[in-house]
Amino acid sequence: MELLRATEAGPSPKVLIADDEPNIVVSLEFMMKREGFQVLVARDGPQALETIRREHPRLVLLDATMPGMTGFDVCEAVRADAGTRHTRILMLTAKGRETDMARGVGAGADAYVTKPFSTRELMQKVKDMMAGDGPGREDPAA
Amino acid sequence: MKLDRARLLAMLAPGLALALWLLLGAAAFHATLAPPVAAALGALLAPLAESHGMLLVGWWLTAAAAGAWLVHRLADVYVAAPARLAEGARVLVEDDGAPPVIGAGSSANGALAEALNALCAQRRTLKQDMARLVEEASRTVAQQRDQLGALLAELQQSVVVCNLEGRILLYNARARALCQRLSRAPGATAGAELIGLGRSIHGVIDAALISHAREGLDRRIARGEPTPAARFVTHTPSGHLLKVSLAPVRSAQPDAPATGFVLLLDDITEDDEAEAHQSQRWLALTEAGRSALANIQAALDMLDYPDLEPPDRERFHQVVRDEVATLGDRLSALAADAAETRTRWPLEEMHGVDLIAAAAHAIGAETQQAVATQAVDAALWLRVDSFALIAALVFLARLTATGRPGGGVELRLSRADGRAHLDLLFAGGAVVSTGWQNAPLGGSAGAACGTVREVVERHGGEVWLEHERQGAAAPRALFRFLLPLAAGGAEPAPIALESRPEFYDFDLFAAGDGGHAQDARTLESLAYTVFDSETTGLDPAGGDEIIQIGATRIVNGKLLRSECFDQLVDPRRSIPEAGIAIHGIRPAMVRGQPTIAEALPAFHAFVSDTVLVGHNVAFDLRFLKLKEEATGIRFEQPVLDTLLLASVTHPNAESQSLDAIAARLGVTVSGRHTALGDALVCAQVFLKLLPLLRQQGIHTLGDARAASEASYYARLRY
Repeated sequence: MELLRATEAGPSPKVLIADDEPNIVVSLEFMMKREGFQVLVARDGPQALETIRREHPRLVLLDATMPGMTGFDVCEAVRADAGTRHTRILMLTAKGRETDMARGVGAGADAYVTKPFSTRELMQKVKDMMAGDGPGREDPAA
Repeated sequence: MKLDRARLLAMLAPGLALALWLLLGAAAFHATLAPPVAAALGALLAPLAESHGMLLVGWWLTAAAAGAWLVHRLADVYVAAPARLAEGARVLVEDDGAPPVIGAGSSANGALAEALNALCAQRRTLKQDMARLVEEASRTVAQQRDQLGALLAELQQSVVVCNLEGRILLYNARARALCQRLSRAPGATAGAELIGLGRSIHGVIDAALISHAREGLDRRIARGEPTPAARFVTHTPSGHLLKVSLAPVRSAQPDAPATGFVLLLDDITEDDEAEAHQSQRWLALTEAGRSALANIQAALDMLDYPDLEPPDRERFHQVVRDEVATLGDRLSALAADAAETRTRWPLEEMHGVDLIAAAAHAIGAETQQAVATQAVDAALWLRVDSFALIAALVFLARLTATGRPGGGVELRLSRADGRAHLDLLFAGGAVVSTGWQNAPLGGSAGAACGTVREVVERHGGEVWLEHERQGAAAPRALFRFLLPLAAGGAEPAPIALESRPEFYDFDLFAAGDGGHAQDARTLESLAYTVFDSETTGLDPAGGDEIIQIGATRIVNGKLLRSECFDQLVDPRRSIPEAGIAIHGIRPAMVRGQPTIAEALPAFHAFVSDTVLVGHNVAFDLRFLKLKEEATGIRFEQPVLDTLLLASVTHPNAESQSLDAIAARLGVTVSGRHTALGDALVCAQVFLKLLPLLRQQGIHTLGDARAASEASYYARLRY
């Protein structure tokens, strides 16, 4: 398990879960923690953006429909800011139309997962995205 | 018998020729004799000439006369008779009705005349056949045209046919009603400035859109599509959403070029809103559903971990329970929503008799009660959701049946103040417990319909329980529904139209080429707006104002009575009593009407692209001119005045008042002294003047204006 090894090597990578629905946050948080990540939680768009800027998580599980700012808006803001541009973003959303998907990817999501999803597949996707990140791309501030 | 010179000369010719011949013969005989013999013969004959000369001359004269007579007879038979025959034949060529030719003289002439007459008769029959065929064909065409007109009038869709320039050749009542909705002009004649024969369709639909659609159409035609049509949706300035389908008008040959196009218009504003609302709901529903399922699935996935602590396990169970409950609620909301959608189904028009029959049948079948239906007004048409209404009636009938099986009910339908009363009568109202209005209808049909109250509200109606007071022996009670009648419902009835034919004018297909200066156009080919106004007084500069404008249109020499402008105007001042006697417009009638500044834009739009016609039009124009500065609306089209034109055709008439001219020209006058009534009379007068002007060589607008001017000056000199 590369990830575990990486975790052993240094401080465990930070993952931000941005979703306004507590019922999904409960499960995702539990799972991510079990997989050995440091888990941050944001309940709305502005809070998510602020957390990303402050904590520089390696990866964000971003809900598209949130109060304040939508996931698309957050995505655009993250990509517009040089300090956060390289943050991995996985959009996790109930918006299942092709146009939504195109918008998510266009706004800068690295992956787009439509609800409902299998947590096992989600975890695999998270691991793949982490592995795709070379150590050189590790955020210097993290 | 007339003898011309040629005939005289011809008759003298034989006598002269004979004399010449005899003299020549005598001279030749004389020349051949030897001189002594000749001298002896001369001496012998000389005394004879004295005594017998007259005899010889008489002999010659007799021969000459016989020759002359012969020539005369021959000329009669062979020259004069054929000439007369030729003349008669020439007349026959020009005129079938001329008397038959007579072949005098020889029998050959007779035969010739007979042949000519036979030919002529044959030609006459041919012509009559042709005329009959033409008449039959035109009758068929007229019939087909009327059928087309009737068909279009009945169509539920708005149809407009235009020529290639976009001038309207035909439209139906639906299109008229649609334009009334689109129009932003005030008053009942709104929309007449948008749609009318000869008007441009570009007033309704942007020219660029139409030309774009036509380009698409041309491409389809070029590709050889059998039924090419272009479709588009457009926003109108009034905020309506129109779905437009455009198809070419072509003759039957495969490669015939388009001579015009047909537009089918659909106002989809409401549909579109409903559809947008619907799809919004579906989207929200799917997204919420996905979300809930994701939450459940994630929680279940977590529950799969074998080493879960009891508090964690409880948390995930709670998530699943929560989300399942949420999904359940959502489904209930969806069901309610679907019921609501059901209620938005349109009310249909239904013959009252049919509704009662259907309701009686349903009540009989569901409650086993006898249903009486004697008092039903057969003239009533209702706007109802018959399904829901019958379900409500069945429900109420069942209520009345409790405690008195086989009691029987009666259904009654009558008119009441623009609505209908639908009554369900039964004996003994006491059995009905309160709360009947809000109880669910139930039953096989009623589940989707809600309650009695909901059903009547859906109709914009009312319902109550009423107890009959008379007939104390067996007092009855009745449920009374107040329901909308079919006429005057949500669908606005098209304006009452006098005659359908004015809706179409195929002659406009041939019209076109509007680029020419109007002065060169013939009077028959122009479109006119004939108008009149009523005013508070005669002095516009002194503060008198327009209080009514009426106008009608003439296109291709036809008066379009159904395309009228009729608008009362609030003068914002008092109306003198003296005037009220003439025009009959009282201050109360103009209260709340548009002001002249509000009415003029609509009138200006109504008269666009036409020549203005009025009687003593200078008077009306003075009022309009005075408003130019305040309203910014200028009337710059050419103007004709029936007063001046009538003075051209009847220069010696005593009076040129509209009534006098109308009487002279045989125009029946009705509805005078309303603006529209006067405009209609003026229009008929104008149409009667046109042929009279043509007789005087006045063909074009330019001619008419010149003649008017001349007559105007002529009048001034008096």
